Amino acid sequence: MSVQVTERTEPPAEPSPRGEPLVRLRGVKKHFPITRGIIFQKKIGNVHAVDGIDLDVYPGETVGLVGETGCGKSTTARLIMRLMDATEGEILFQGQDITKLTPRKLRPFRREMQMIFQDPYASLNPRHTVGSIIGAPFHLHKTVPKNKVKDEVRELMELVGLNPEHYNRYPHEFSGGQRQRIGVARALALRPKLIVCDEPVSALDVSIQAQILNLLEDLQEEFKLTYLFIAHDLSVVRHVSDRVAVMYLGRIVEVADGKTLYETPKHPYTGALLSAVPIPDPELAAKKRRIILEGDVPSPINPPSGCRFHPRCPRAQFPTCKEFDPDLEEFHPGQLAACHFPLEDRALMEATG
Amino acid sequence: MPEPLLEVKDLKVHFSTDDGIVKAVDGISFSIAPGETLGVVGESGSGKSVSFLTIMGLIRSKGALISGEVLFRGQDLLKLPSDELRHIRGAKISMIFQDPMTSLHPFYKVGAQISEAIRAHQDVSKKEALNQSVEMLRRVGIPRPEERAKQYPHEFSGGMRQRAMIAMALSLNPDLLIADEPTTALDVTVQAQILDLIDRLKEEFDAAVVMITHDLGVVAEHCDDIMVMYAGKAVEYGEARDIYYNSHHPYTWGLLQSITRIDEDLGERLRPIKGLPPSLIFVPRGCAFHPRCPYVMDVCKQEVPPLLPSAGHHSSACHLSLAEKERIFDQEVAAQR
Repeated sequence: MSVQVTERTEPPAEPSPRGEPLVRLRGVKKHFPITRGIIFQKKIGNVHAVDGIDLDVYPGETVGLVGETGCGKSTTARLIMRLMDATEGEILFQGQDITKLTPRKLRPFRREMQMIFQDPYASLNPRHTVGSIIGAPFHLHKTVPKNKVKDEVRELMELVGLNPEHYNRYPHEFSGGQRQRIGVARALALRPKLIVCDEPVSALDVSIQAQILNLLEDLQEEFKLTYLFIAHDLSVVRHVSDRVAVMYLGRIVEVADGKTLYETPKHPYTGALLSAVPIPDPELAAKKRRIILEGDVPSPINPPSGCRFHPRCPRAQFPTCKEFDPDLEEFHPGQLAACHFPLEDRALMEATG
Repeated sequence: MPEPLLEVKDLKVHFSTDDGIVKAVDGISFSIAPGETLGVVGESGSGKSVSFLTIMGLIRSKGALISGEVLFRGQDLLKLPSDELRHIRGAKISMIFQDPMTSLHPFYKVGAQISEAIRAHQDVSKKEALNQSVEMLRRVGIPRPEERAKQYPHEFSGGMRQRAMIAMALSLNPDLLIADEPTTALDVTVQAQILDLIDRLKEEFDAAVVMITHDLGVVAEHCDDIMVMYAGKAVEYGEARDIYYNSHHPYTWGLLQSITRIDEDLGERLRPIKGLPPSLIFVPRGCAFHPRCPYVMDVCKQEVPPLLPSAGHHSSACHLSLAEKERIFDQEVAAQR
């Protein structure tokens, strides 16, 4: 596997066998201004929600994005979808920078990228029938003649495992898992290339989570979809993803394929995240040594100097970590991490017995 | 076997609605000894929350038909008048909920809310109660508790709020703490912290804990006993080891197979339980799980399987023979894990 995240100045180490990335992020930043005053608003600071991200997503792969609440993973998703405008940086979709396109020029791109949200109830209009929710994209983009929309919607419903006879029902008549299927059907309607899944199973029961994850997997195979899969649950992310990017305070601190990341994490934050994942086996769980992180994620208004993780890092050495911001470096093929004192290869294996 | 702290016998909670009778809880029995942790596992709508809200005396709906016995130190809570129950609730049995933001009052300072709970049960001055609140916040690991007590819930992060809830729940040194999905809304790192905190405080306060969850993965290392609930009934009950290493019910197998594991081999496909949990108004005839069960037999569609013990207090409600259950678990469930 080639290096997917590179320094902006460097060319990729080798041409990727998978060709051009579908989505390419270069130095993407999103700062939200904090203002004070009602009429004369004065800017007093910025929330550095996303603070310089480079990421490539190749066609047909699933890239997982993990991190704690407030690390900027959902903001990243919204930037890619251009539901927000980036403060800085480039977001290339099939080679075209979409950050500066006018709404009109953006329209054809919108068709190619869709999103599935965490809370399937909040993301479905309670006053619309399922049929009109799933059919809405057709009316907006006119990819299907009006008299065919109904058939198309029924087909989609069947595809995601809903009963097409429930066409005229309202979202409240469905269970959480079924509502998420409605969300999936809507995202699929225009046959997009990219689907951004923002915590698609976090609100669901475990048994239903598994159904939705399998559904997403099947659809990916059938329609050659590319997923950007956002979740805070590392075991879910690892299950679905080809590659995983770990975010902390608006930055990517480590990227690797799922196996490498799990077996030889380099960044202490990744190690801590992995060690916190519960294991459904009392004996293994009791043996496992946990790296307990102290405190909460610092405020993204004034991120810590140097390595942003240093105030919570069990391996931090001073003054290096406090003064120097580490760059992403390659450790194993395809694995990059931003750390001055990375974990040894065996560290986690020993910790988990 | 120590004297049980809480013993529940054949608890039923039915609600009569316009559409029919909802059998939210349909005859569950279990007991908890001091210092023990009981895990209650099931999907949404399996009756796990309703059971414990009933035990706390928090189901007040006129349409609720409650029967059975809830013996807390030998005293039947269901028969207590509400003012006597109030002395027990909060002081002897307390509860924490899934979403700490909705269970803390947004208009009051955190310290004041904990003080209020203390003053509802103890005759202490406001100042004394506030001091106790600050001390509790310190014990649950909130840094700078004096300042934090003067803040509002919105100034707390999710994990901090849950700690504040735990501080409130433990401020009266209860004998029993009921935690209803205490970590579902939290990040994994915070989840680990909170579960460890509950474990540690359990020892410190010598309390018993009930951990309600939908995720068997989360409670593996924290429970002594586990009760698996489905459609208002206990389908399997036993020590944690029995449930994880020698489970006897197809529903429990389904739950175990649905979990994504961080230590699994990649490329394994998940094996979810097919279908959806039933409506509690039209519970399927016979075994409620039969329409979703891969091992369904004719008898399952007719007769409700009783909860029968196999060894110790490990019991399961399934028509499969014990030998069948063990064979299937070993060959199909354990082999995959």
